Amino acid sequence: MRRLAHSTRVTGGWGDHLFRLLIRAAALILLVIVLGLVIVMIRAAFPSIRAFGWSFLFTSRWDPVAEKFGALPLIYGTIVSSVLALLIAVPLGIGAAVYLSEVAPPWISPPISFLIELLAAVPSVVYGLWGIFILAPWLRTQVQPALGATLGFLPLFQGPPYGVGMLAAGLILAIMVVPFIIAVSREVLLAVPNAQREAALALGATRWETTRLAVLRYARSGLMGAVLLGLGRSLGETMAVTMVIGNRPEISASLFAPGYTMASMIANEFAEATSDLYLSALIEVGLLLFVVTVIVNALARLLVWSVGGAVKAVRE
Amino acid sequence: MRSNVPASLILSVALLGLAGLVLTVGFAPGPVSAQMLMNGTGATFPYPIYSKWFDEYIKVDPSVRFNYQSIGSGGGIRQIMERTVDFGASDGPMTDEQLTKAPGELFHIPTVLGAVVPTYNLPGDPKLRFTSDLLAEIFLGKITKWNDPRIVAVNPGVALPDRPIIVVHRSDGSGTTYIWTDYLAKVSKEWEQRVGRGTSVNWPVGLGGKGNEGVAGQVKSTPGAIGYVELAYATKNNLPAAAIRNQAGKFVEPSIQSTTAAAAGAAKNMPSDFRVSLTNPPGEDAYPIASFTWLLVYKDQPHQVKGQALVKFLWWAIHDGQKYTSNLLYAPLPSQVVSQIEAKVKQITYQGKPLLAAR
Repeated sequence: MRRLAHSTRVTGGWGDHLFRLLIRAAALILLVIVLGLVIVMIRAAFPSIRAFGWSFLFTSRWDPVAEKFGALPLIYGTIVSSVLALLIAVPLGIGAAVYLSEVAPPWISPPISFLIELLAAVPSVVYGLWGIFILAPWLRTQVQPALGATLGFLPLFQGPPYGVGMLAAGLILAIMVVPFIIAVSREVLLAVPNAQREAALALGATRWETTRLAVLRYARSGLMGAVLLGLGRSLGETMAVTMVIGNRPEISASLFAPGYTMASMIANEFAEATSDLYLSALIEVGLLLFVVTVIVNALARLLVWSVGGAVKAVRE
Repeated sequence: MRSNVPASLILSVALLGLAGLVLTVGFAPGPVSAQMLMNGTGATFPYPIYSKWFDEYIKVDPSVRFNYQSIGSGGGIRQIMERTVDFGASDGPMTDEQLTKAPGELFHIPTVLGAVVPTYNLPGDPKLRFTSDLLAEIFLGKITKWNDPRIVAVNPGVALPDRPIIVVHRSDGSGTTYIWTDYLAKVSKEWEQRVGRGTSVNWPVGLGGKGNEGVAGQVKSTPGAIGYVELAYATKNNLPAAAIRNQAGKFVEPSIQSTTAAAAGAAKNMPSDFRVSLTNPPGEDAYPIASFTWLLVYKDQPHQVKGQALVKFLWWAIHDGQKYTSNLLYAPLPSQVVSQIEAKVKQITYQGKPLLAAR
């Protein structure tokens, strides 16, 4: 018996050792790739960083002919379109997920889940074409005139209705992001133990109270993860946004006005950028997108962490 | 415990196998083939005619196979400068600075012609005429209404609505934009100083649409919009296209014939390196917003056999290849220019010796 255990440990030790080495290498490769990416981008962006310094972040002129580059409208457009998308997609996505997991009769869930997965698999260029030919004309003829007439006193809804612009970009991003938020949120909500619900119901809570207090609060950090996934997707989305945002590097308070995002700028201009400084400026935009993504994700994680802390405090 | 051993071993072996696979794929030599592979990259605009040529040319010379990646003119210029491809392709000529930086002397070989047309969306689809000043003022944002007296003056009899003009331009860097802005810069001092010419520029006004289809889509769905697209794209999709007054003072409809006429008009003063802008050319019938598209090849070829195959292809393209242009809505080279290019192709050498036998 002892011998057997011994021999097992020897083989196990050898196999485990090899296995540990290999998975460590797998994890390290990821680190090397990310580091390599950052180093290459910084090196390639260096001519632009040297030429423009901090003004790259705070000026608005993007002029490839004169080789003067400022990325502020791109940063603004990326963040505003993503925030707009989340403002629409989060209530919609989490609402739908709550319906599917808490309220819907069991037979309705599978077909809807199937449709959601289908939506998530639609290529973004298809969303973009739909955006140009259906969404933008509808916004221009129906939605924007109505918004202008009722809420036109807000600077958000002023200016001529072009159809394409920040509003169209936010909407199309919201539509693209919703399936992800629903799919992940639904899984998270289904993972909430039934004991939670039963306990709340036993205390006399209504269905709404049960959902709010026992289910949503329990699933908070998981739901936050779903939102983060959506945020990541909308920050980096390129094709569909490019097709409907109007591609004008300008900052405007109005959601009707055209804008520009960092990912769109790279996709639009990289192929035909011939001069070294121009190319370098575009790579700096890529670097900036990376930095913005890291910052936004870190902020969101901080939020999750602080919310998680609060929940813990309440429980204690 | 015991059952864990095989599991971890299996996983290890699987991971090692995967690593092995990656390494083999990474270092395996490419498939050996008797066919010679000619690599090229560059412009997207001539891609349809180039791929047609490459298909047809296999019948002429079965020993060459072409691999063309249409990644854009910028990429074409970069890759030929780095000698990672056998030929490049570009819709805009290389700059002097780029030519001096290149490791060898590069030739621009014109292959076909393209034209850019203004298209618009007005009720009743009227046939419009523009002068160069009007186009420049509209795209500078100085003429903002369709019923502006200056537009009305050149379009007598057309009912122009009291609508704002919405300018639509390409958002992606493109040869089409280069030709359009090159024309505007030639005809308007203010455009040249404020905006200039390039594959992407800092537009004074307007919305950006991605690709010809993005511009056309936005124009189609926005009453009062005006944009610019390639002639081939406008013809295929039956978009309204305006006639433009050329240097000779005649209003000329964009067409394949009037595009070829633009190159014929420029033939007299053709520079020997063909780096010429054909916009606003002389000539009664010349459509003024036209351009060559070029293949970029080294004057001195690094390989004898490959170089020979390349010059034979170039010769074929500017002669027999031209007959495929009309189906694909490109304008063929005028005969005066073909003979000028012939002389250029004959100058391509391998170690100083001409590759093309005297014809």
